Amino acid sequence: MTNAKIVNTNALGQVVSRVQIDAVLGICGELKAIPAPLIPVLHAVQEKVGFVPREAVPLIARELNLSIAEVHGVVSFYHYFRQDPGGRHIVHLCRAEACQAVGAAEVEAHAKRTLGVDFHGTTRDGAIRLEPVYCLGNCALGPSIMIDHELHGRVSAQRFDELMQDTRTPAAGGKP
Amino acid sequence: MKTRIYVPRDAAARSVGADATAQAILAEGRRRGIDVEVIRNGSRGLLWLEPLVEVVTPAGRVAYGPVQPADVPGLFNQGFISGASHALAHGPTEEIPYLKSQERLTFARVGVTDPRSLEDYLGHGGYRGLKAALDMEPAAIVAAVTTSGLRGRGGAAFPAGIKWKTVLGVDSPQKYIVCNADEGDSGTFSDRMVMEGDPFLLIEGMTIAGIATGATSGYIYLRWEYPDAKAALNAAIATAYEKHYLGENILGTGKRFDLEVRSGAGAYICGEETSLLESLESKRGQVRFKPPLPAIQGLFGKPTVINNVITLASVPIILDKGAEYYQHFGMGRSRGTLPIQLAGNIKHGGLIEKAFGITLRELLYDYGGGSLTGRPIRAVQVGGPLGAYLPESQFDTCLDYEAFTAIKGMLGHGGIVVFDDTVDMAAQARYAMEFCAVESCGKCTPCRIGSTRGMEVIDRLIAGNNPAKQEKLLRDLCDTLTYGSLCALGGLTPYPVLSALNHFPEDFVTSVRARVPA
Ligand SMILES: Cc1cc2nc3c(=O)[nH]c(=O)nc-3n(C[C@H](O)[C@H](O)[C@H](O)COP(=O)(O)O)c2cc1C
Ligand code: SF4
Ligand code: FES
Repeated sequence: MTNAKIVNTNALGQVVSRVQIDAVLGICGELKAIPAPLIPVLHAVQEKVGFVPREAVPLIARELNLSIAEVHGVVSFYHYFRQDPGGRHIVHLCRAEACQAVGAAEVEAHAKRTLGVDFHGTTRDGAIRLEPVYCLGNCALGPSIMIDHELHGRVSAQRFDELMQDTRTPAAGGKP
Repeated sequence: MKTRIYVPRDAAARSVGADATAQAILAEGRRRGIDVEVIRNGSRGLLWLEPLVEVVTPAGRVAYGPVQPADVPGLFNQGFISGASHALAHGPTEEIPYLKSQERLTFARVGVTDPRSLEDYLGHGGYRGLKAALDMEPAAIVAAVTTSGLRGRGGAAFPAGIKWKTVLGVDSPQKYIVCNADEGDSGTFSDRMVMEGDPFLLIEGMTIAGIATGATSGYIYLRWEYPDAKAALNAAIATAYEKHYLGENILGTGKRFDLEVRSGAGAYICGEETSLLESLESKRGQVRFKPPLPAIQGLFGKPTVINNVITLASVPIILDKGAEYYQHFGMGRSRGTLPIQLAGNIKHGGLIEKAFGITLRELLYDYGGGSLTGRPIRAVQVGGPLGAYLPESQFDTCLDYEAFTAIKGMLGHGGIVVFDDTVDMAAQARYAMEFCAVESCGKCTPCRIGSTRGMEVIDRLIAGNNPAKQEKLLRDLCDTLTYGSLCALGGLTPYPVLSALNHFPEDFVTSVRARVPA
């Protein structure tokens, strides 16, 4: 992506590259024949690009024969779809009852304080974006968090720090 | 001789280090020149013991847990590969009282078999239900499900057989089976455990549903939060196609059933069946008006059976062992077994499959061993975020749909979330309103706007700002939610709110709130 030609900068100052646009078009081409392809396309785009760029919305609408309003309506309805970049890693922190019962609120406060962000925010080094989630299905071993697609249980404040350290360390499989 | 060792691949086990434990066992075996094979099974559901390692010995499987990588050399030293005793040893797995006292019908294979192995599935009674169904008339399959007394395990407890009968009775060239794997309720993970630990079971249940109702196509709507379940299902589906348990000619009978997994995108409301169908159609997950029922006009406007994972996964044993066998378990109108999930502040959290009729108290203390913190249990929430908070005085309630309705609660998907005496019930009530506001689909005003008003009223109530007036406002607002909501998200949010207020009024009174530790 580094030497990709920059083709557009949107209202949020996001840089959308030719590579990203090609990725979106490729995904649409691949999936448009399946029944009700829009949500699968959005998942694939987010997986590949890291978020659903605003520029992708009209492209997807055109490719799938939908209106821009329809596509936008779907993207904005679902908590999982992100419309802005930011965060090489996504940390989903469970806020639901079973985790509350074992101290999730303290972990949440600790996470926000140590990362210096609120929910939906990204750390200044761009490494970590913090998102709330309502249950990860790990309710007997809370507090639970998910880092990218990896689930972690019994996350204390101290464990949270270790996990963030690992996430930022390439040797531990993280991207700095 | 090769030593076989089971280390769960279940997401909960992995969340506390099962992968590292599996690696450490393999490495230690190599280092000592011992031939070790590690099999990644589902979880037995004794979650406080995860990672629970089982060693296959001539006397059966022997359990050790929780096993961290650092424990592994010591376990080898003490001879755990022959089942020797150790501080982490629990003896033969099947003899552990927590497990031994259960009635595992739906979960019979979970934790026992390798979820990726069709041979293992077949070797443990798998696909016998489908084979029985293939020899039956569709109406007879539906009748068996009806006679079994199986009610939907997703929350509403509607008889599965009646739903299937409606779909069977509609003439349509295209019908669908949809599995609701959105499992959004906090405190629940039984769907996840089945999908990860015994994915062929769900595939078999859905295939039987297809053959029974004339549906040739199925979708599993799976929440994005379950990537491991997705991998397990996709692997099992691929194998099932390859071996002709799915596809255009199931086991040479000429019957067809196709199956696919679709991912949700983080919306609690998409667990509601009509919202789920909208989402499967790649639309905003807004609740549909009923009628038409999904059974008549469901996915893409076609007749659709929509059932929860556990409902569908309970069908194979009904066809295999007979409706009478299944319906013989249970009490009153709640027949069969319920996979109960014990969660939150509990010492021995996990999965307990029991016939309906067990009391909350037995679950909390005999199985659960009391709270994790060792403090008194003050409240439990049963049935997810829309379920009531119950005080100790209601712990003798039996797990039975009607018994819970009678105390203005609901059993829902069978999740029990435990809180100790440090819980602030006013904060829990406020959270219930907040959750409703965050997850509302936006169709009804009371749910969309009223929930935010509810948070504000609770804030003023606990601030002691004209409390009598605020309480009246809150109760009126709950009435409006109850009667003015299209679906149970708005309609049942008053359950947790009012149960907190009615059973724990002291937490809402400024002068008394000092008792609640910060
Ligand atoms: C707000 C809301 C959320 C729901 N979430 C789920 C869910 O996550 N999983 C589920 O199986 N049923 C859920 N349901 C119940 C479904 O609407 C429906 O009753 C169920 O899928 C039918 O399957 P069953 O009869 O096998 O239970 C929910 C209902 C409501 C109102
Ligand atoms: S009650 Fe709430 S979630 Fe249910 S249909 Fe109305 S607005 Fe949507
Ligand atoms: S409540 Fe946090 S994982 Fe279920």
